Amino acid sequence: MSHDPRLILLDPRDNVFVARTRLPAGEAIETGAGAATLDRDVPLAHKVARRAIAPGDKILKYGAPIGVATVAIAAGSHVHVQNMRSDYTPTYHLEDERKAGATQ
Amino acid sequence: MSELRGYLRSDGRKGIRNVVAVAYLVECAHHVAREIALPWRENEVHAIGFPGCYPNPYAERMMEQLCTHPNVGAVLLISLGCESFNKYALERAVRATGRPVKTIVIQGTGGTRASIKEGRAWVEEQRSLLDETETVPMAVNELVIGTVCGGSDGTSGITGNPAAGRAFDQLIAEGAACIFEETGELIGCEHIMAARAITPELGAELEKSVAKAARYYATLGYGSFAAGNAEGGLSTIEEKSMGAYAKSGASPISGLIKPGDIPPKGGLYLLDVVPDGEVRFGFPNINDNAEIAELIACGAHCVLFVTGRGSVVGSAISPVVKICANPETYRRMSDDMDVDAGRILEGRASLDEVGTEIRDLVVSLAQGARTKSEELGHQEFILTYKSFEPLGPACLPAA
Repeated sequence: MSHDPRLILLDPRDNVFVARTRLPAGEAIETGAGAATLDRDVPLAHKVARRAIAPGDKILKYGAPIGVATVAIAAGSHVHVQNMRSDYTPTYHLEDERKAGATQ
Repeated sequence: MSELRGYLRSDGRKGIRNVVAVAYLVECAHHVAREIALPWRENEVHAIGFPGCYPNPYAERMMEQLCTHPNVGAVLLISLGCESFNKYALERAVRATGRPVKTIVIQGTGGTRASIKEGRAWVEEQRSLLDETETVPMAVNELVIGTVCGGSDGTSGITGNPAAGRAFDQLIAEGAACIFEETGELIGCEHIMAARAITPELGAELEKSVAKAARYYATLGYGSFAAGNAEGGLSTIEEKSMGAYAKSGASPISGLIKPGDIPPKGGLYLLDVVPDGEVRFGFPNINDNAEIAELIACGAHCVLFVTGRGSVVGSAISPVVKICANPETYRRMSDDMDVDAGRILEGRASLDEVGTEIRDLVVSLAQGARTKSEELGHQEFILTYKSFEPLGPACLPAA
């Protein structure tokens, strides 16, 4: 079975998809190996777990490691700074309190 | 299709613009330089300069390369008078190229008002002479093109950057010299990049340049990564790097250069922008404009700028082509964007189609077309302190 057309698989080795469009929390997606549910709102071009990823596993995008999972990540989860980190330098990001909760 | 036309310079290079550069040699002369250039803000008189009062060989070389850039037709130097910048050497270097050059020393001229008056009179005279300059035919293999990405997001590495890479591949096949940069945004890509070098020795140099960048940024405690990158879906510097690397296309890498080095022939070059030696002057490039200025100092006639979040900048001296990777951003900011690469994400265009569109746009800039940022009057410029050692012997291709 092929994966959801709203998600892009950049390389067959990848364990994440890239969202082709904005997708809402709770949306059902097809990973190609079964159905999953998005845990949060996923903005355009953000990453979604293609399958379950264990803590310490490399996150693979473009067929290359782009960091490591810091917690267990379920298929369908938004993969970002809350559940992965760099193997090089920490990622600097800002929280917009006005949007807090909106993406939970 | 009409032919490319350029302004022939004494060193054989050709310019696609004919700019009067008004160059301040310390921040204290910036206001006077800006005021002199102001009446011609629509007509190719650009203020550039160096703010520091302490001498710096990198900055002096950058200023010389910018003032003798093929897009520059005449140069007015603005000195306060007491700064350490070697105005005599810069004036001599510009004069040696045959370009009209004049130095105004504010302390000698009698202050702000007198300096502005004298400067404007000289610029007016030069502008009318330059406007009469005949152009000559030019070929794609005489072009130098740089690329940079800024305000990157999760779309950049999927649409805009690989499309710029396709344009690079086409331009290199036509004989042009293309330069990609920001070694701090190639962290994690060093081994696949090194495998593309034309010699193993160059491959080793490419890997060393990225290792240097990783060390440098680790010391500073921040990667080449802004808060907006994360909001746009990029989670780590290595993810941003994989996207940025796509700008380089698929051509073999012919050489490694440093700011101010002109590619000796056509092909693909990596610009090593991270200073050599101990961390001394802070972040390698404090913003995108510093990177653009360095690409131009390497002779770039134009710069391809890929943005996802939506940068609005242009540059002094050379036009900046803005390629918008994100379709949502493009719909919000289309006045600032030359290319809508987000069509790729929405299935409305292929990477090859957008790559060809970018290549054609580059060529059109040598046929009289202007970019959005030029039309909007963007002439950003910044230059700060750095230090570099000379290139190693394996860095440049054989003649």
